[in-house]
Amino acid sequence: MHELLTPGDGRKHLLLGNEAIVRGALEANVRFVAAYPGTPSSEIIDRFAQLGEEAEVYVEYSVNEKVSMETACAAAISGVRSLCSMKHVGLNVAADAFMTLAYVGVKAGMVIVVADDPSLHSSQNEQDDRYYAKMAGVPMLEPSTPEEAREMTIRAFEISERHQIPCILHTTTRVNHCRGPVSFGEIPTEKPAARFEKDPFNLVVVPMVGRKLRLALLEKMERMREEAEKSPFNVVSGSGSWGIVTSGVSYLYIRDAVRDLGIEDRVKILKLGFSFPHPKAVLRRFIEGLEKVLVVEELEPFHEEALRVVAQQTGSFLLVGGKGKDLIPQSFELDGVLVKRGISRFFGVDYQPPEVFSIPELPQRPPNLCPGCPHRATYYSVKKVFGEEAIYPSDIGCYTLGLLPPLRMADFLICMGSSVSTAGGFSKVLDRPVVAFIGDSTFFHGGLPGLVNAVSHDHRILLVILDNGTTAMTGHQPHPGVELTPQGKVEPKVSIEAVVRGFGIKKIATVNPLQVKKTQETLQQMREGLNTPGVSVLISKSPCPLFENRMLRKKQKVVFEVDSSCDLCKKCLEELGCPAFVWEGAGTPGECIQINPALCSGCSVCAQVCKSIKPRRIEEAGGAQ
Amino acid sequence: MKTMRKEGFEAVRIFFTGVGGQGTLVATRLVGEAALEEGMPVTLSEIHGMAQRGGVVESTVVVGDLFSPTVADGEADILMAFEPVETLRALPKCHSKSLVISNSVPIVPFTVAVGQSTYPSHETIYSLVMEKVAKVVQVDAVALARQAGSDRAANVAMVGVLAGLNRLPIREASWQEALKRVLPARLFDLNWRAFQRGRECGLTA
Repeated sequence: MHELLTPGDGRKHLLLGNEAIVRGALEANVRFVAAYPGTPSSEIIDRFAQLGEEAEVYVEYSVNEKVSMETACAAAISGVRSLCSMKHVGLNVAADAFMTLAYVGVKAGMVIVVADDPSLHSSQNEQDDRYYAKMAGVPMLEPSTPEEAREMTIRAFEISERHQIPCILHTTTRVNHCRGPVSFGEIPTEKPAARFEKDPFNLVVVPMVGRKLRLALLEKMERMREEAEKSPFNVVSGSGSWGIVTSGVSYLYIRDAVRDLGIEDRVKILKLGFSFPHPKAVLRRFIEGLEKVLVVEELEPFHEEALRVVAQQTGSFLLVGGKGKDLIPQSFELDGVLVKRGISRFFGVDYQPPEVFSIPELPQRPPNLCPGCPHRATYYSVKKVFGEEAIYPSDIGCYTLGLLPPLRMADFLICMGSSVSTAGGFSKVLDRPVVAFIGDSTFFHGGLPGLVNAVSHDHRILLVILDNGTTAMTGHQPHPGVELTPQGKVEPKVSIEAVVRGFGIKKIATVNPLQVKKTQETLQQMREGLNTPGVSVLISKSPCPLFENRMLRKKQKVVFEVDSSCDLCKKCLEELGCPAFVWEGAGTPGECIQINPALCSGCSVCAQVCKSIKPRRIEEAGGAQ
Repeated sequence: MKTMRKEGFEAVRIFFTGVGGQGTLVATRLVGEAALEEGMPVTLSEIHGMAQRGGVVESTVVVGDLFSPTVADGEADILMAFEPVETLRALPKCHSKSLVISNSVPIVPFTVAVGQSTYPSHETIYSLVMEKVAKVVQVDAVALARQAGSDRAANVAMVGVLAGLNRLPIREASWQEALKRVLPARLFDLNWRAFQRGRECGLTA
């Protein structure tokens, strides 16, 4: 039995915040889960997918966040508790559904997990999605630890069901990807029956319905606020004439800080857990009699603004501190030292930050496309044919790493799906070839409307679909075009080529980028195709080697070696940039270029571009790892 | 099971750093599970996603009476560094009383392999680290793991070294339980041997 399904036995389990959310949802009798993966939220849908039928929960990897939310809300409207999870920018994609779902509401509980990524560990921006709760008028809980994430997930379902509106569980990377001890309650076994009652004058949002629902939502918000006022998740601790208001992971930094600064008996802390609608009475009572209050939160001054409003409404001249260069930074994650520094400055307490040792400049170790990655081969060939002249709009996935030297094959990127639409724009204003790159999963997620648009307006672009058969970057999740499964090779549910043909595109080719010569010949023809208006599409198809090895357990047969005919031209290093290559003994008589056999994946691309590189069969015993 | 305080033990912040694929996250979990088995408060923090494509992987374990899940600059009591240059890169996490456990086997970054930068000498790296912190234990974790049966157990050998240095009040039985919980049963014997090799090394360091 999967650990997440084991009965509560009093033992604590060391779980990721994301796993604790899964457990909480199971204990809350969730029966429908839909999501598109995105760091730091991915393990939620991944664990549900691993639990599979054993948990008796319907689980689907949806094509994007909007679709996941729409799918999941239909279940909740039909009386089945549902959950969808997404990274912060995923809610931008789902925002259209989200804003009006807040009007229509749900029957059974629906929880939307939204994971912010301060410090952009694996994201294109840092945005504070708590504002979405405010914009839509939906309730929001903010856990600080995995244990609290489990508990709050359960309560979020109850709040959602009580007020018939989806509830946001808002996390940040340090909640999703922290592991902590989590206690288990019981998982209910009774499965609710789904039931849909026709009620178009509340469920079909035409203007006259929307007007009514808008007013109802405002009333709901007041009732939710009343519940937040009484919520055990909004807790005051300590005493003194100073105050700190906080939520989420920041609370943990504060607990250590007030102790280390020796001000435990001087400061009162308000931890907001059920944080939206803001419990105004709680805030009002909290600030009564205080000299000054500091709001400590990551990213934007969300609670700070609310507190300032409450202070203004009560006619208080309370000194409120929060975001600012010298207090609490507005960008990137907080940590123990930053929080101590902010508190010490605001309250005027002595604090000596730790000495930070300096180090010399060190060789960088940026993330890189893996050895054998087919994206590298595609980039190599496209660069050979289109060179520096072309503009290369890119998209979101492993292949975005193609922006790094030596490939340098990404010129513009803003969000999922932007490659193809921005390419169309560039093609209309610039007299240069435009070649856009999009991954297979991203193509389904956000590339389709842009491509239809490009076709209908005769945008003169080449779209290269980098089809590695999986959603690689977030951990090899499936998508509609998947052909490799643990059971072997299957027909894709949706064929990318059939989709592209269905859009009316005539200039289409499919290549295996690991066949360098053929790929370049095809690209040459496509370059000529750009002389006439209309969209060209190249499907560059070769599976992610990590994924293929995992699915098919293929044994690698060869590794490649540089032989003695190498003239040290270094084109392999300068043009291919495979991390298996090593340049040794520069400037010495023994200077040479070698391939690390432990890293070589045997893809053969290097041997096709250099005559001095030859294959070597791996002996059965030993061999490359 | 209730969390409890250990006599004479308050808290330890451990910072782990290594290169994607070295198993640092498994090592992190081992320490976490062992501490949990001892009934001590413990929090781990990991970074997943883009950072792992051959880049630096960082994680933390905070054991004892602390709330913050992360380790800021100057806060690491113990640095578990799985690679020499990453040891030096993480030095700003340490303070003058820190214990540094460093695997001395380099993994040459791609930027060095293609001649964009140079890998500092062993001597440069370790003299800079030794100058600043209280104790540096250099180990060839790959050799220890190989003696146990597989290079891949180097991460567990590193945890063994940490166990041998006795900074954490964790008994042998709890380490064993942690290994059972984190690794598949078929890998237990090999990894327990690697752990023991590491521990012997830590005991005499």
